[in-house]
Amino acid sequence: MLGRNPIGPLEYTRRLWLRLWLLAVFVFLYAPIVILVVFSFNDSRRNIVWQGFTTDYYVRAAQNASLIEAFGNSLIIAFVSTILSTVIGALLALALWRFRFPGRAGLDGASALPIVIPEICMGVALLVFFNRIGWPTGMPWPLNLAPIIIGHVAFSFPFVAVVVRARMAGFDRSLEEASKDLGASEWQTFWNVTVPFMKPGLIAGSLLAMTLSLDDFVITFFTSGPGTLTFPVQVYSMVRFGATPEVNAASTVLIVVTILLTIIAVRWQRPDKQAAELG
Amino acid sequence: MRDSVAPIVEPPIVEIQNVTKAYGSLKAVDDVSLAIPRNAFFALLGPSGCGKTTLLRMLGGFEHTGTGRILIDGEDMAGIQPNRRPVNMVFQSYAVFPHMTVAENIAYGLKVTGVKRAEIGPRVEEAIAMVRLGGMAGRKPDQLSGGQRQRVALARALVKRPKLLLLDEPLSALDKKLREEMQLELVRLQHEVGITFIIVTHDQEEALGMASEIAVMKDGKILQVAPPRQLYEHPTRRFVAEFIGASNSFACEIVAIEGENARVKSPLLGELVVERAAPEVTSGTLIIRPEKVRMDFSSPEPQPGEALIRGTIDQIAYFGDLSIVYLTADDGSRLQCSRYNVSRIARPDPAPGTACTLGLHPEDLLLVGD
Repeated sequence: MLGRNPIGPLEYTRRLWLRLWLLAVFVFLYAPIVILVVFSFNDSRRNIVWQGFTTDYYVRAAQNASLIEAFGNSLIIAFVSTILSTVIGALLALALWRFRFPGRAGLDGASALPIVIPEICMGVALLVFFNRIGWPTGMPWPLNLAPIIIGHVAFSFPFVAVVVRARMAGFDRSLEEASKDLGASEWQTFWNVTVPFMKPGLIAGSLLAMTLSLDDFVITFFTSGPGTLTFPVQVYSMVRFGATPEVNAASTVLIVVTILLTIIAVRWQRPDKQAAELG
Repeated sequence: MRDSVAPIVEPPIVEIQNVTKAYGSLKAVDDVSLAIPRNAFFALLGPSGCGKTTLLRMLGGFEHTGTGRILIDGEDMAGIQPNRRPVNMVFQSYAVFPHMTVAENIAYGLKVTGVKRAEIGPRVEEAIAMVRLGGMAGRKPDQLSGGQRQRVALARALVKRPKLLLLDEPLSALDKKLREEMQLELVRLQHEVGITFIIVTHDQEEALGMASEIAVMKDGKILQVAPPRQLYEHPTRRFVAEFIGASNSFACEIVAIEGENARVKSPLLGELVVERAAPEVTSGTLIIRPEKVRMDFSSPEPQPGEALIRGTIDQIAYFGDLSIVYLTADDGSRLQCSRYNVSRIARPDPAPGTACTLGLHPEDLLLVGD
């Protein structure tokens, strides 16, 4: 069927060289992940040769207390920091989008700084900051996660702000005027008209913030107190003694969780998104 | 309804008193005073940038009144927010909420102002029926055509039962057929609900076809306020004559003012007595509408009282129902004259280059101010 019609001038996806190129890109992107998942079922202590199928390492990972603790910590940190950075980022985006005030250009630039500053500098800066203000260490769980959460919020809220602002750029201001014209107060207008329009941006931004938080190593490493472990930090210390399928198994679980959350989020925003595109 | 004579003169629904609004050195609205009668279908007509939209947005509460006052139903609107005014607006972009269904859009204004749930349902249904959107209640705006979205915007505003409905260029985004349909629909709705409609438009045909009264604006000022027929047949200013419909203008000198008429002398038309458009018009330009010019291709036979002009046809634009003939008179001035193609067979349009004679009746000429 495919060869039936001649290839049109703009139908690049039907050309052989481009298809090969696409294939190469996908292999490059996804082969490592596929190998990670496949070898999590490998019945061998080492990750090199396929020995046979087993789910033992999932059981072992589930029984590894420090890995489970680290996983739990990571989820809590991701959850709290995502909510905080989504709220702060959305408010920043709204302020920059909606108002003209002195220092606006400065705030605009400064808010993008955490995106461009190398993570290692951010990590050191946060370490020095917490030392300088004498942030108490050795607090009981979960309070010991607070510095990590603060660190994560500090670098992820600008990403949320960027995404939300991009969304608001397409907002028709007369929707707000129409709402007020129909008798709604500022507050009602915000919740009934502005926020629903912003929603796809909020979801995309919070997904981004969550992913950034879940897999962050550098900043977490510098801001975590003694004995506070997160998943990436724990995996790192495990890999130092050789990458076992246990690490693969734990990573696969994380990948599945992330993919599920993404699917839920995309599903949730879909019907609104289409409507908003036309409005 | 609006043609009937009210036994008692009702106070106007809107009074605009000496309103001026400047943006920097530019006066968007320049000392405008205007009274809009109750139950009128009132049009603010003018070219883009004439201040008509600013004036409308002032009524809606979206722009501050610079200096001057605006009264709606006798109440001063100074400092009153849009959500507290007895006024609703249909926006140019319709501004239909994209995340709500048709019914939710229409119910919105009732819900946020705390109308009882039991009352909302029937009122929304009534509004949907009124704008003929039956069966569409559950649809989202992206499943509607432009015309249907506009009906939603109309229903959403009318369901609030405002004292005043403001329409900002409501038909500009629709294609020609739909526009004509909506014109009729808007007039029908206005009759039905008996609410004063104020429409902003730059389209003179739209204004003539719908409005009971039209204010022509230019550079922030109102030039003339009149019903459509009077505006077309008795424009008081040259700008109004040329903006509403087409017109031929002739320079002239005033010889004498004779009551409502003037004796004028024009190089092309000679000396004639013509009507003055208004008592204050004591100088200006002679105008005549293209359809009131008589064209004659045979040897000139002046009809009694007519002034004659000789000219040559430059160009003919054929529109089906009528043809517009563009001519150059012997003294070099350009004229146009329109001919209705009343018969299917007879009277083909003359070829460019044909010499012809134009007959102008003095009673069709009007002296307007510059």
